[in-house]
Amino acid sequence: MSFRRFRAVFKKEGLHIVRDPRSLTAALFVPIVMLLLFGYALTLDVDQVPTLIYDQDRTPESRALIEAFRGSRFFSVSETLGGHPAIRHEIDHDRALLGIVIPADFSRSLARDQEATIQLLLDGSDSNTASIAAGYAEALVMAYSAGVRDAALKRRGMGELKVPIDARVRVLYNRELKSKNFIVPGIIAVVLMIVSALLTSLTIAREWENGTMEQLLSTPVRPVELLMGKLCAYFVLGMADMAVSLIIGVGVFGVPLRGNILLLIVTSGLFLFGALCWGIFLSTVARSQLLAYQASIVTSFLPAFLLSGFIFAIENMPLVIQQFTRIFPSRYFVTILQGIFLKGTGLRVLWVEIVFLLVYAVIVFTVASRKMRQKVA
Amino acid sequence: MWERIKQIVIKEFLQTLRDKRTRYVIIFPPLLQTIIFGFAVNLDVTTVRLGVMDLDRTHESRKLIDRFAAPASFELVAGATNEYEAQGLLDRGRVQALVRVPAGFGADVARGRQTEIQILVDGANSNTAALVSAYSSAVVASYNRELLTETQLKKLVSRTRYGPVKLSMPGVAAERRVWFNPELLSRNYFVPGVIVNIIMLVTLMLTALSIVREKEIGTMEQIMVTPIRPIELMLGKTIPFALIGMLNMVMITVAALLVFRVPFEGQVLLLVVATALFLLTTLGSGLFLSTLSGTQQQAMMSSFFFFQPAFMLSGFSFPIRNMPEPIQYLTFLNPMRYFMEVVRGVFLKGSGWDILWPQMLAMAVFGVVILTSSAMRFHKRLD
Repeated sequence: MSFRRFRAVFKKEGLHIVRDPRSLTAALFVPIVMLLLFGYALTLDVDQVPTLIYDQDRTPESRALIEAFRGSRFFSVSETLGGHPAIRHEIDHDRALLGIVIPADFSRSLARDQEATIQLLLDGSDSNTASIAAGYAEALVMAYSAGVRDAALKRRGMGELKVPIDARVRVLYNRELKSKNFIVPGIIAVVLMIVSALLTSLTIAREWENGTMEQLLSTPVRPVELLMGKLCAYFVLGMADMAVSLIIGVGVFGVPLRGNILLLIVTSGLFLFGALCWGIFLSTVARSQLLAYQASIVTSFLPAFLLSGFIFAIENMPLVIQQFTRIFPSRYFVTILQGIFLKGTGLRVLWVEIVFLLVYAVIVFTVASRKMRQKVA
Repeated sequence: MWERIKQIVIKEFLQTLRDKRTRYVIIFPPLLQTIIFGFAVNLDVTTVRLGVMDLDRTHESRKLIDRFAAPASFELVAGATNEYEAQGLLDRGRVQALVRVPAGFGADVARGRQTEIQILVDGANSNTAALVSAYSSAVVASYNRELLTETQLKKLVSRTRYGPVKLSMPGVAAERRVWFNPELLSRNYFVPGVIVNIIMLVTLMLTALSIVREKEIGTMEQIMVTPIRPIELMLGKTIPFALIGMLNMVMITVAALLVFRVPFEGQVLLLVVATALFLLTTLGSGLFLSTLSGTQQQAMMSSFFFFQPAFMLSGFSFPIRNMPEPIQYLTFLNPMRYFMEVVRGVFLKGSGWDILWPQMLAMAVFGVVILTSSAMRFHKRLD
């Protein structure tokens, strides 16, 4: 391999990228848009659940319960006098997610030392939001109930009744339960996939379609030099995207970076290298730009998005699909990203994933360069 | 005029179905997406991998741990004997939550003293973590209730001089009633939404590509020398894809009902009409993109960059309600948003015309506007 020829291919490819406004926008614009969307607009956090309360009781006791809901950041409370039909109507029109009905005998039951039952009416169509909102509402009612019981005991002079077991739930790694803290690191994987797979998948196929491959072949450039030159041009682009994502994620959105930044950069490079090789492989095999492009969407972008655990946790998938996710490098890379960003873990914990990325990169590189030699020679 | 449109429709159908690649685009992505979204895209937390660090090792502590193991939502997968191991289990993601029972727990419980346990939850995935902490609090709360009635109340009762009397306590219970999706399966929420994504993806790309292809290979000139008028060409080009979009809708609906057992509460007619209105918008957007692009390559790229944000801002997986207000207003410009609401309303809520008319109207307006404006652009480029 000659360094001079490699540099010539590298330079030519770089010029291609810079001169084609569409791919350049794709490469630089997409990461920024994705990061802004996810960091700013798209969240799975459940707060300010639109809640409609129908208070049939209208006593200080029921007001106190409503105030408890008003005081919580998870609910955005409004009241109605219309009863069940009004709640049904609002839920049908997607203006409320949760309806709470306080029965007319609420305070009377409490005064008689009985258990009062309130109704939580939930719009279950968005099951995720519904179950989280129900969890919050139940916890709130439970706390209120404990308060009522303590007050009753005090009135009777029996002292406080303490709950036997005080369970302290402590959330590690992401204390405020912000979905952007785990989604933004995951985006780096998706962004690198878009850049590498979508752009490189076109690079060789384009040479075939435009007929410039024949011209390249008539030069003394050898297949490995061609492969390395193209790889490196896109590698630089990908690492630039990685840097942009890192700066926006940490600088603008305040995502914690608890682990070693060097390890992050090295593993990103490793992942990027494997992904680029895969894109070039597809491009070599497919020959047509359209086919290469579609194949790369199906084999790299979609798995990175859906099967990597980036948003949808892998452990909740059926077993067959869980096993299926193991063949995609993005799964391992997302684990590494979340580990380094949120958990602050290092090589000691993440070495398995890193070894996989390494093995994947080596295999795909070998296959791609062999395919390239076959096709070109 | 109708004869000429018919001819183009036939030509377009033949061209679409003859090409192996487009046949593949029509059949596979819809199937694949339905399967992936049905099975893999899932925000439910079914079994939580739980670790235990029991420093007490008494009858009481084991009873508490059994309480966690009993409901189907937890599965005991690992034990730790010290802090270091516990940290390792969480760091490696081997467990999603870890219960730490301190030494002396059993003695405290037996003597009726308040004691404390810790539940450490892996918060890396905030969505899972919120559910896990709700589940585990519920387990402890129910155990507490039992202990209270068993020990504490017994003690309180025995203190009175009049022998055992039943002591009732005031309290509030919350009764949960879930409408529309009582088992809270996220599959029921996601699978109907796939209809929206697929119709958008398939018809947008096919329309944009089919016109650009004619330009690219130069057959557009040939068509232009025939007596066909631009409006006829446009109709002829879009009708086949409208039919394909309808077909996709039927395919996914059948799969949703038979394979995924998603409930269908609403009217079929409403769904069909809404699909037709939505197709106006996707075909219009496809035509519009085709007037912007010169090559198939560009058409592909532009439809990808059009689809991506439209998909993200459709409310498919990220609730629009959670978005910042300016972006919420922006989603009003997104036809996918309206169709998503219609599809979910029809499948899960059984909503009728009285509820969904604003969405239908919005799609109709959007469709007419984009179709006319791209028709005008199209016209200009042909003349």
